[in-house]
Amino acid sequence: MKTIILRTASNYLLPVLLLFSIFILLRGHYLPGGGFVGGLIAAIAFVLHSFANGLKNTKSLLRFHPGFLMPAGLALSFFSGLSPIIFAGDPFMTGLWYHGHVPVLGSVGSALFFDMGVYLVVVGVTLTIIFTISEAP
Amino acid sequence: MEILLAILVGLLYASGIYMILRRSLVKLIIGIILLGNGANLLIFLLGRITKGLPPIIPENSKVFLEAYADPVPQALILTAIVISFGLQSFAIILVKRAHKVVRTDDLDEMNATDEDS
Amino acid sequence: MMQQLIIYPLLFQLFLSIVLMFFWNKINAQKVISITGSIIAVLLSSYVFYYVWENGTQKVNAGSWDAPFGIVFVADTLAVTLVLLTALSGLAVSIFSAGSVIKDRLRFGYFPIFHFLLLGLTGAFLTGDLFNLYVWFEIIIISSFVLITIGGEKAQLEGAVKYFTLNILASTIFLTAIAVLYGLTGSLNMADLAGKVAAVENRGLVEVAAILFLIGFGTKASIFPLYFWLPASYHTPPAAVSAIFGGLLTKVGVYALIRVFTLIFVGDVFLGEILMVLAILTIFSGGVGALVQNNVRKVFSYLIICHIGYMIAGLGMFTEIAISGVIFYLIHDIMVKTNLFMVSGIIFKIKSSNSMRALGGFYANYPNLSLLIFIPLFSLVGIPPLSGFWPKISLIGEGFATENYWTVAAIVFASFITLVIIAKLWAEVFWKDAKEIPEKPKFEYFSDISKAKKTQFILPIVFLSLISLYIGFGAEHIQLLSSRIANELMNSEQYIDTVLNNS
Repeated sequence: MKTIILRTASNYLLPVLLLFSIFILLRGHYLPGGGFVGGLIAAIAFVLHSFANGLKNTKSLLRFHPGFLMPAGLALSFFSGLSPIIFAGDPFMTGLWYHGHVPVLGSVGSALFFDMGVYLVVVGVTLTIIFTISEAP
Repeated sequence: MEILLAILVGLLYASGIYMILRRSLVKLIIGIILLGNGANLLIFLLGRITKGLPPIIPENSKVFLEAYADPVPQALILTAIVISFGLQSFAIILVKRAHKVVRTDDLDEMNATDEDS
Repeated sequence: MMQQLIIYPLLFQLFLSIVLMFFWNKINAQKVISITGSIIAVLLSSYVFYYVWENGTQKVNAGSWDAPFGIVFVADTLAVTLVLLTALSGLAVSIFSAGSVIKDRLRFGYFPIFHFLLLGLTGAFLTGDLFNLYVWFEIIIISSFVLITIGGEKAQLEGAVKYFTLNILASTIFLTAIAVLYGLTGSLNMADLAGKVAAVENRGLVEVAAILFLIGFGTKASIFPLYFWLPASYHTPPAAVSAIFGGLLTKVGVYALIRVFTLIFVGDVFLGEILMVLAILTIFSGGVGALVQNNVRKVFSYLIICHIGYMIAGLGMFTEIAISGVIFYLIHDIMVKTNLFMVSGIIFKIKSSNSMRALGGFYANYPNLSLLIFIPLFSLVGIPPLSGFWPKISLIGEGFATENYWTVAAIVFASFITLVIIAKLWAEVFWKDAKEIPEKPKFEYFSDISKAKKTQFILPIVFLSLISLYIGFGAEHIQLLSSRIANELMNSEQYIDTVLNNS
């Protein structure tokens, strides 16, 4: 699938899709979206790039192994779930919210960080799976 | 609508189990996928299908006044889909590896585990 | 912070696996973290156990959502006991893995995934929500799939295919059962379901849901017609993996059966009879299967199935004494089966074979080690005063009291057949004269490895054997514990009140 059209388009589509995935991630609290879908879209962006430019180029674009995103995302989710125990003495996963308006995001709370963690884990897992499948001869 | 979905669920279960009972590994995976989809649809169906009535309580009331679309089954299905996504991708990689090592797609020929050793 | 004490063992296992994932390529660091972490987990679980023992059933509403609407974690005595046992076998297997699993396998994230497995087990024991239980089961099976395939040998992959298929099928059936139950009652909280299921008018559908649960959990617990995945897969992975699987994975199925059939579907005569018949058949097929096997690990695999039958039989009788026997047996079985698979690992390390025909001469060459291995082997048989003996008193006594003579016969038969099998194993492996086994090239024999590694082989077996001895000689403590658990299970009002009281 090394047509010039796809290759050119994928270079432009990669940042657009990544931006879109972050948009989906952030709107997820009250509207359809969230970390899982956002993460899948981000993963698809890289998969599309690898279809057009080959696996090697995508990997060099990423710089680090996508598997590293898994512990990072898990740690982020874990600590956002843990934060109510540490800061408020509430049960695990209770939502902690900053009661002020934040531009762009709307409201910020521990749920947002949890979702970001999910996003990172999904990107990591999906890319690891797909790279493993397409790598083996 | 319910009847139609019930028939569909039955078909998905039946075809899923039929595929699992075949000897080919690839058909085994297809069977598992069909079965998983059948289970998800079953949760959806048994959560009662309600159209156009979101689970929001009106401002001047404290309880639901009429039947509402239950959000729990959707959350359950979403979780189940995510889990089956993980399991199925693992299954595909496992079957690929197994095929590479055992050099067969036939479950009947996979009998190294029954050998006496 | 003390109100959330009961979920700390769970959070700690999660924390441990995340930390281990950051050290993905540093195997030696992983070994140290895993062992220290497991020790801390044991201390934490012991404290939680002590706390619940003193203060009664505890619960935590995750996310501050009131029960029955949110997910709730409940720690009654049964749950904390099993959490403690998980931590203990986790510690033993963690040390054993550090010594016995080869580097090529450890490189693929063995330790993080091992702790994910322990996380899933801890979560499954602590949760009070049916769908959450499904999620923990999935975490358990996904991690176990990875552990069973790490290394990728031919037999391993073939075993994994069988293990994988039947376990996924069981999960799907479990999910179907949840769907049916949710459709009937509109609730997923187990304490809430207890009241709602009793009020359902359509008893036929309730029965169907109960049978679906029995099939789903029964496959995981490997009861009679559903056990074929177990002997096909448990002898294929490294011994450390088999140890944690044999000790805990089938027992989590038994735990789920106990929980569901003492809390949600209570006092159903039809189900009790089905359980009883299945138990007898499980005992017979497991026992006879073990008798004809030649591979040491396959013998132990079939013995797992055989002894699951005891627990199912006790559950089928459904009296307080029978349940206390089941719990006692569960405690004893987790410790002993974990230990036995580690023993099979050490046998393999010494002789590079697990075939009973080829083995021999252990007693002459390794007298001290043989005496150590004697403890788990004969605890399993239940020679008094070792640990397997005491629960059988309760089970057989209740079998007579409830006039289930077939069950009594099956239990006696299984005890006898276990004795025959273990005696045969003792004669073949330990007493028979040593035979020459052709040396495997590239195989690191036990006599060649360093002293530190030898300790990592022996220490966990000593540790679990001491616990087994304690269960045997301190039987009155365990009996006290199991009768308290049985009392809590049979009078579930207290559990339900604790869960549904949100003040």
